[in-house]
Amino acid sequence: MAVIDKKTIEHVALLARLELSEEEKELFVSQLGDILTYIEKLKELDTSKVEPMAYATATTNVFREDVPTPSLKLEEVLKNAPAKFQDFFKVPKVIE
Amino acid sequence: MQHETIVGLETHAELLTETKLFCGCLNRFGASPNTLACPVCLGLPGVLPVINKKGFETALKAALALHCQINQFTTFDRKNYYYPDLPKNYQISQNYLNLGINGYLEIKYGGNKKRICIHNVHLEEEAGKLIHPESALGGGEDYSLVDFNRAGVPLLEIVTYPDMRGLEEVEAYMNTLKNVLLYTEVSDCKMQEGSLRFEASISLRPIGQEKLGNRVEIKNLNSMKAVLKALEYEMRRQKEVLESGETVSMETRLWSEPNERTERMRTKEEAHDYRYFPEPDLTPAVVEDRWLEKQRATLPELPLARRERFVAKYGLSDYDAGVLTEDKALADYFERCVTLHHSPKAVCNWVTNYVQRELNERRLEIKDFPVSPEMLVELVRLAETGDVSMPVAKEVFVEMVDTRKKAPQIVQERGLLQISDRAELESIIQEVIAENPNALADYKKGKKTALTFLVGQIMRKTKGKANPQMVNELLKKKLEAG
Repeated sequence: MAVIDKKTIEHVALLARLELSEEEKELFVSQLGDILTYIEKLKELDTSKVEPMAYATATTNVFREDVPTPSLKLEEVLKNAPAKFQDFFKVPKVIE
Repeated sequence: MQHETIVGLETHAELLTETKLFCGCLNRFGASPNTLACPVCLGLPGVLPVINKKGFETALKAALALHCQINQFTTFDRKNYYYPDLPKNYQISQNYLNLGINGYLEIKYGGNKKRICIHNVHLEEEAGKLIHPESALGGGEDYSLVDFNRAGVPLLEIVTYPDMRGLEEVEAYMNTLKNVLLYTEVSDCKMQEGSLRFEASISLRPIGQEKLGNRVEIKNLNSMKAVLKALEYEMRRQKEVLESGETVSMETRLWSEPNERTERMRTKEEAHDYRYFPEPDLTPAVVEDRWLEKQRATLPELPLARRERFVAKYGLSDYDAGVLTEDKALADYFERCVTLHHSPKAVCNWVTNYVQRELNERRLEIKDFPVSPEMLVELVRLAETGDVSMPVAKEVFVEMVDTRKKAPQIVQERGLLQISDRAELESIIQEVIAENPNALADYKKGKKTALTFLVGQIMRKTKGKANPQMVNELLKKKLEAG
């Protein structure tokens, strides 16, 4: 049985930078728990002889040539920026 | 207690392509901020990345040069993390099926040769560049700035096993790797522009113990010198920790150049939960045998092999061969000279001494050097046949660099042909002795330095053009007789 507890929800929310209310956390504990229980059910199938599939199509080797295409104009690049300073995006201070 | 130092390195190298890895924006350093960006590298909704074939092949070439096993079915994965230099909140990288695995790089230092094993070589996209402005009052502003020109530039990551056992090996590894990447034209390796970067991990263990000690990762290493200094500092710090009976904590530390020490990085525990999963927007790449062999065939002779060939074929010292092969273009220059001249050693002497000195002093690269191999060899011949003396040849050489003129022209214009005419030299010697009666007297009293003094005077009078062997011989004869 997969177990999803509040701590797991809080961890995942932090990684996704989501702020959840206490009610939402409770809700997601049960909803995500249901999903994982269903996955557990699927795991009962024997897939040991099946290659994992990560891609929806069998297409391979889609490449582009190393040829430049125009970039956007600076105004366009910054158009959707919530904040800007001179020619830059402006973000809350980050120091590793 | 004696400890053994164990080091592994992670290297990031920006690839030499015209455009970025997943879009057609230019891959170029130094452009005005945010002018090399498009919806793909800005991570706007609804865009699709497409792999740059040249970028992929360049990475493949690097993996082959590092003797990796190639995953002929290779895929890209998303590495998820929130940081403002990544507009998509994930970096397209490789995690499950890296392009190259289990390779090695052979290094040579002192008299030793060693293989440093490579864990993997993989391809990923660069992040944007963050700038942390200083406020007018000093100290940092409360915001950072982002330039996305670099976001999406093809980046190669090369990860070693913890195989290095001391700073000498680390230094040799970094230099050799840089050289291989330059030789194969994988990267321009300009550390000052960030196109080659290193991160180190280091641990200590008592000699004889098999289990590895706790490992510390060091970041913010902006030059090879910084890598070595930071490792030296860490060796000392960890040794002190261990000798006081404590354990080294497993952590990431930042090298602080101004403080000359490593400092603990403040990060949340969650920081390293990258939740990799396959990148659904890219197709897997299948490297068929024919493609692989074609790429292998583009590999040039690698630096260490060339160095050994220079020793074996041209009879150079290992040191000289090392100096020459340090720079592919310089080695090419030398080999071009050798095809024109019978003595590789003489050519080597000129290239490693005088050519390199001019390159260093004038901050020139060999490709821009005004003296071609043909011109250099012409000068070497003049010096060899005795048409010009060695000191004059050196002077002529400097003038060739200044003016791009050929050696015979300079020699003729300035009347620099060496005086090897016996009668002419004898008459000059006669004059100089007459002008310096004291020296003659000193010589007769047994003061041998008088001879050196007189040779100097003769050279001065002839502006260095007198054939030195003949002067020595004739002067001695004259002094003994007179």
